[in-house]
Amino acid sequence: MRPLMTAVLMALATGALAQEAKVQLKDGPGKDKAAVCVACHSVDYIAMNSRFMTKAGWTASINKMINAFGAPVAKDDVDALATYLADQYGVP
Amino acid sequence: MNGVDERLAQRRRLLAGAAGAGTLAALASHPVLGAPVGSTGALGFAEIPDGALSEQVLQSLPGKRPLIKKTYRPPNFETPIEYLRSVITPNDTFFVRWHLAGIPRVDAGQWRLALGGDSLQTPRTYTLDELRKDFAPVEITAVCQCSGNRRGLFVPHVAGVEWGVGAMGNAVWRGVRLKDLLNRSGLKAGAVEIVFNGADTAPLDKTPDFVKSLPVEIALDDNTLIAFAMNGQPLPPLNGFPARLVVPGWTGTYWVKAVVGINAVSTPESNFWMKTAYRLPRGRYPGYAFKSQQAETTEPITTMVTNSLITSLGFGQEVPRGKPLVVKGLAWDGGSGIDRVEVSSDGGDRWQRARLGRDLGRFSFREFEHVVPTRETGAMVVMARATSRSGQTQTDALSHNPAGYHHNVIQRLFVQVV
Repeated sequence: MRPLMTAVLMALATGALAQEAKVQLKDGPGKDKAAVCVACHSVDYIAMNSRFMTKAGWTASINKMINAFGAPVAKDDVDALATYLADQYGVP
Repeated sequence: MNGVDERLAQRRRLLAGAAGAGTLAALASHPVLGAPVGSTGALGFAEIPDGALSEQVLQSLPGKRPLIKKTYRPPNFETPIEYLRSVITPNDTFFVRWHLAGIPRVDAGQWRLALGGDSLQTPRTYTLDELRKDFAPVEITAVCQCSGNRRGLFVPHVAGVEWGVGAMGNAVWRGVRLKDLLNRSGLKAGAVEIVFNGADTAPLDKTPDFVKSLPVEIALDDNTLIAFAMNGQPLPPLNGFPARLVVPGWTGTYWVKAVVGINAVSTPESNFWMKTAYRLPRGRYPGYAFKSQQAETTEPITTMVTNSLITSLGFGQEVPRGKPLVVKGLAWDGGSGIDRVEVSSDGGDRWQRARLGRDLGRFSFREFEHVVPTRETGAMVVMARATSRSGQTQTDALSHNPAGYHHNVIQRLFVQVV
């Protein structure tokens, strides 16, 4: 159900999006694969969940995004994205 | 190391010390001053993940004072401890939690609440004015706490929004009884659940819309409201304007914000937010049994567990000898009300009853206060333990679960009498 009367609250978005733009992902191989994440959420979700997950944990998170939320991550990209997240945001 | 890293490292050392009894002396030189924003180590708990701690900042949202930013989009913002020192949480400091990035902006004049479903005799739609005029107003003081409040304190950490202690608040909610709406439309005998849809939307069509359900018994409870005011003001947009569910005693996930649809149904709701998310290992925790949603190994989180928070002290804080130490805080539970809060100042050997504040009803925060004499210098371990009128109390050790719910571990605050 998507009521027609609703719209994204731009008043919120203008202030918060400017702040959100300051949040940057760390550089590293595979970073480009994470570009898809921002369709649905700010990337501070990633840093917030660091550094305590292994590559297996990050793979499970990616699969949840794909299977539960419909994230358009190509199957061939899952491993590269999980490697990037584990390297930059995983258990040290 | 940069400044943040140094503070994190220091915090880790402090917490490592907190785990053992032999390191109290080491705490003397580490007062709580300078703790990072939203540090839970600074409150005598396990620390939230390093990444969360270094990422979060105090940030204003429209209509809000600066809150602890967990994530920008969707917005998840936590109430800082200083605003949890009053029994009612002001609207402009109340925590913010959204699942989907399409936050609704609702025009009150255009807003409609549609009642329907296969188990409702007469579907109908209400305007906000009709809701106010057609039904008796009801006011109730109740705690709204995110299911995942304190998730960040889980050891080992679990994935999710890494909340500290401030994904909760207590407000006076005003609205109408959901029961009155349902009865006017006539519930059929076969109704199993009442299903609620909010106006929020996901950016992707494939993402499940945020829809939650309640057992009919709870939907018909006198205390379950469709609320349109909070602490005497219209709901803030970020807290569900123009109307939201208020389900006293139950965790925040059921308090659907900006509600636009209510369906009475004869089969259990089966979307992701009911069947997969917000689940606990079955039978492990006390709480209302949501029978139509129980699976073989899991069941939905329902009512809150008994809990308390000391708000007047910081971990490692120095207090002058001879000046009585005032231990103040809040206690709450899943709806039986708080029977007592006991305070220990010797690490849990002896407990004394704290004085309770005014009783604002069984769903409200209950303030407590206890004065501890400080006759000798040295380290002191202060703890608080709430017990509900149903006899439920807090746990000594964490009962770990995959989603990070129901953390009600007793707080242990080291203070240094100097």
